[in-house]
Amino acid sequence: MLDLSCTIAGVRLKNPLIMASGTFGFGKEYTRYYDISKLGGISGKGLTLNPKQGNSGLRIYETASGIMNSVGLENPGIPAFLANEANDWEKLDLVRIVNLGGDDIDQYVQGAKLISEDCRVRQARGARAVDMIELNISCPNVKQGGAAYGIKTRDAREVVQRVRDATSIPLLVKLSPDAEDLVGMAGMCEEEGADGITLINTISAMKIDVYARKSVFQSKYAGLSGPAVKPIALRMVHQVACQVNLPVIGAGGISSATDIVEFIMTGASAVQVGTHNFIRPQAGEELLNGLIDFMNAEGICSLDEIRGIV
Amino acid sequence: MAEILSNIQVSHDVFRMKVAGEYEGKPGQFFMVRKDRGLPLLPRPLSIFDLQKQKHYIEFLYQVVGEGTRQFAHLRRGDEIELTGPLGNGFPIHEGRSALVGGGIGIAPLYYTASHLLRPDLYLGFREEPYVIQAFKSLGLSMQVTVGGSILDQLSMNSYDHIYMCGPEGMLRAAQRMQTEQGYKGNLYLSLEKRMACGIGACLVCSVKTKSGNRRTCVEGPVFTAQEVEIDA
Repeated sequence: MLDLSCTIAGVRLKNPLIMASGTFGFGKEYTRYYDISKLGGISGKGLTLNPKQGNSGLRIYETASGIMNSVGLENPGIPAFLANEANDWEKLDLVRIVNLGGDDIDQYVQGAKLISEDCRVRQARGARAVDMIELNISCPNVKQGGAAYGIKTRDAREVVQRVRDATSIPLLVKLSPDAEDLVGMAGMCEEEGADGITLINTISAMKIDVYARKSVFQSKYAGLSGPAVKPIALRMVHQVACQVNLPVIGAGGISSATDIVEFIMTGASAVQVGTHNFIRPQAGEELLNGLIDFMNAEGICSLDEIRGIV
Repeated sequence: MAEILSNIQVSHDVFRMKVAGEYEGKPGQFFMVRKDRGLPLLPRPLSIFDLQKQKHYIEFLYQVVGEGTRQFAHLRRGDEIELTGPLGNGFPIHEGRSALVGGGIGIAPLYYTASHLLRPDLYLGFREEPYVIQAFKSLGLSMQVTVGGSILDQLSMNSYDHIYMCGPEGMLRAAQRMQTEQGYKGNLYLSLEKRMACGIGACLVCSVKTKSGNRRTCVEGPVFTAQEVEIDA
């Protein structure tokens, strides 16, 4: 009997597949294509306290084995999410993660408080819509906040500390591969009482239009994701998982079952799938089936047998 | 996976691809189209050029503009391709006098749309060489074709109750100005072309600004009314 389950911060996932923030909406777009409750979890579209229009100009550019995006956290804002989407989330049988962004620390804190308060209200009637918060201090596509907090450990510490104080919901911190001292950053998250690390967000990147003689993106840089970043992501997950006692959710360019296994073998407790969702809407389900086939073929009964084996 | 029945070059950079299968789709809707393996990663959005469910095929008309479409151009009869769709809202079909106006590869959704309207007039504008003109001619409709210049110069908006348009952003913006100048009160529908990633409304890379906030070209579009949509300068 295969056991695909894993537990992060006391929250049980039926399998290690989490759909990454910004690539899966709030889930409902994909329900036409497969039963998303087969997944371990979803991290919803990144939310900020107030609605955001996102970036102007080109938002996507494909590169060799990857994509660059400059969406800029377009989102309806946390109150609108709680009033609308969260009601649908109540009915989902998978781990539901709110990805929390902010322009400044107060916005992160207020956002976390709103989510916590909403949790209490739902709990009073025996319901639940949010299982975890994923603190996004790593979005490269917004001018304020985002990765501005994700580079220096000292800056990130204050955000993590204040959000941790504001909520008792299990807290993941999504780190930027551009962090100056990634292991130090992850260690700080442990010290401040976070429950897990998501690694990596997109890598800040660029594309030049040589005829226009400027970046194709209005905000100059954009976030690189997809298979191109996977080797870097694996190395980073390995470094952090070896040196920090927090569960790590590995992310970066997963596009096959063996990619998932690589992340688990480097020490990831679970994984996130992002760009691959864009290749075809059923990609998440296909990866899950592929993982089951791989484990059967290799005689692996539980991912615990191979986790961190490298 | 679907089998390619033909993939014919109709101008120096435009191809007409016929794919086997019983697909559904309304005029102005599109499919996300992807080679069965390898790069590029993302599928490309192509609107329905023609769809004959009884005859088991769908056709796309596409221009080679980058690596994705360049690879489509190399596909041959018997090769396989992956389609997701139909997607998007499509053109609302009304009774009354209607014009179909296309600029360049923007003519792609108009052929199938024409077969759903009652004797629409066709306005097709090309920068250099025209293509698939014979197919449009076979519809037996009134047709204006221009090469160079603007096809909009041929159009008197107030002769129509409904205008269905697809073309480059400059042309669509010009049509919005014309609507104001000519005080056109009918329906002017603009079909937008945007780069997309997921095509199903999750990624928000194809957002456009409208009077009522951001909308996703892939779900709430690609067809918007000229009054509501703000087209990037």
